[in-house]
Amino acid sequence: MGEEMQKDIIALTDLSKFFGSYHALRGINATIREGEFFSLLGPSGCGKTTLLRMIAGFETPTSGGIAIDGKPMEGISANQRPTNMVFQSYAIFPHLNVAENVGYGLVTRKVPKAEIATEVSRALAMVDLAGYADRAAHELSGGQRQRVALARALVMRPKVVLLDEPLSALDKKLRDQMQVELRELQQSLGITFILVTHDQEEALIMSDRIAVMFEGEIAQLASPEDLYRRPASKRVASFIGVMNFLEARIKAVKGDIIRLNIPALGDIEISRSGLAPELDLDRVRSVGVRPEMLTIAFDDAETFEQTVEGEIAGTSYYGDMTYYSVQLQGQADPVTISMRNTAGRSIAKPGSKVRIGWGAESLVLFDSD
Amino acid sequence: MIRRLTKEDRQGLTLISPTLFYTLLMLAAPLVLVVTFSFWTQNYLDIDKTLTIANYHEAWTKPIYQVLISRSLRISLLVTLVTVLTAFPIAYYISFHVKQRKALWLFLITVPFWTSYLLRVFLWKVILGFNGVLNSVLMQVGLIDEPLTFILYNANAVVLTLAHAWAPFAILPIFVALEKIDRSLLEAAEDLGDGAFRRFRRITLPLAMPGIIAATLIVFIPTVGDFITPKLVGGTDGLMIANMIQIQFGKANNAPLGAALAISSMFIVALISLGIYLIGNRFGGKVK
Repeated sequence: MGEEMQKDIIALTDLSKFFGSYHALRGINATIREGEFFSLLGPSGCGKTTLLRMIAGFETPTSGGIAIDGKPMEGISANQRPTNMVFQSYAIFPHLNVAENVGYGLVTRKVPKAEIATEVSRALAMVDLAGYADRAAHELSGGQRQRVALARALVMRPKVVLLDEPLSALDKKLRDQMQVELRELQQSLGITFILVTHDQEEALIMSDRIAVMFEGEIAQLASPEDLYRRPASKRVASFIGVMNFLEARIKAVKGDIIRLNIPALGDIEISRSGLAPELDLDRVRSVGVRPEMLTIAFDDAETFEQTVEGEIAGTSYYGDMTYYSVQLQGQADPVTISMRNTAGRSIAKPGSKVRIGWGAESLVLFDSD
Repeated sequence: MIRRLTKEDRQGLTLISPTLFYTLLMLAAPLVLVVTFSFWTQNYLDIDKTLTIANYHEAWTKPIYQVLISRSLRISLLVTLVTVLTAFPIAYYISFHVKQRKALWLFLITVPFWTSYLLRVFLWKVILGFNGVLNSVLMQVGLIDEPLTFILYNANAVVLTLAHAWAPFAILPIFVALEKIDRSLLEAAEDLGDGAFRRFRRITLPLAMPGIIAATLIVFIPTVGDFITPKLVGGTDGLMIANMIQIQFGKANNAPLGAALAISSMFIVALISLGIYLIGNRFGGKVK
């Protein structure tokens, strides 16, 4: 990633949008790089779709600006922009067949007929729909409609493809498969994709970078790994995956070493240089621990950096994983710990006492909510 | 093989049976009667019940009937054209530009129906007359020196009056068809490069076609047989086939001929309607 895609394709500057008195977007600043898979992730009503529609040209910013490939988009309508959209409903034209749907934009561009036919069959092959050209729109399944919508956008060779929750209408199996396919297609084409989704897993799997949005603002913009491992706030942390929050306070700071007291786990020393530079140490009141960062010691011989005693309060069996709810001393709510169900490992019963391994690397410090 | 009625079948039949009975009694039975009549002959006081096609021969060969039929078709096709063309922008406006008060707009469209049809036709007489509202105003403003005469007691007046009377029947089906168009389709067309006009021609119009066909048939079919409007505002140039049918059943006392004329015009209207339907289906109607 990174190096070869330095060029910015989209620049969003101080974007703000009011719908009447409702403040839908509150000053969005971001740049999207050429060739990256960029996701706008957030709960419904966070403004992610509004932002996408604004890039497409369907909404006008109340203030601020959008530039695509260095060109300001102010006053440029949707039909003139170098973007194409895959709509949430797919918006397949019901009175046209598959080939006519895919070739729709090329007809507008006055591309010669023979060339349209070539381009359309190339695009259909790209989305694995070769041979479907003459199908009527109503004969397509949900997954096929999604592919037609994608082919219809790709055939235009846009600078940016905009995808508005394209997978939300598909069932889980198909969705998982399409996530991989979409990602592979994007990488082989090298076109910038911007995806709107409320599904954090989908964003993590597909994206190069993710902007997490809450209430019209970008809460954090980072790579999937950074977002998961170093969430900027408790809110981002709990939106992306599961996070246990534990009360904590800093006892002392000596140079690079921070002594931390966590009532539920114990005392630990961590290195300042491993933390986010902007973290305000004076305001640290809690730490976060991912379920997989805690380990239940099924083997007494196993050693850990730190250990703590706990009692199993409940289990949720997921097949490959078991999620344990474990009660710790000095912590009101039980913590969640996930363990892989490896060969020969039995599921611990509620009520049994267990030893839990953890370490400095397990922790994320928060200076705010 | 005789299939026994399921519970659902019986429920369905029970639901439709009052309407079915009423339809058979009030529509099918009279139609059979009219068809039968058309093959009989009227003598001075009684009816000769030997079957004959003499009435049809007269209906299809006598110039007066040909003139009336073709005028009726011409007038009602013109009415249909005018009505649908003026109804479309209104339906489009309500569907696409009225945001919150759609119901109020639809309600307002029904306002003309608060008075009777007859009264409305009379009102047009008042408006279009020699000393009517329109002429008085135009003369007062000084746009004309003497009253316009081409607006009353001729085919123009019939077209104008019928187009007004049937407007709501054209607006509603077109409105419904436009409402059914998924707005994201229009955005998709724009996203793919279409300007407003091209998008209208390639998406909106074809998808509105079922409504336009419905409006066309709803206006065309009854206006061919209208007789109140031509009688009141049509003068002699504006008389239509229905007026002749009425005369045959009444003053002329030749019900069999009237019946033959009625069946003939029904046949022609059915043929033209089928044509309109097929043409409409061809241009954009294959929507599922």
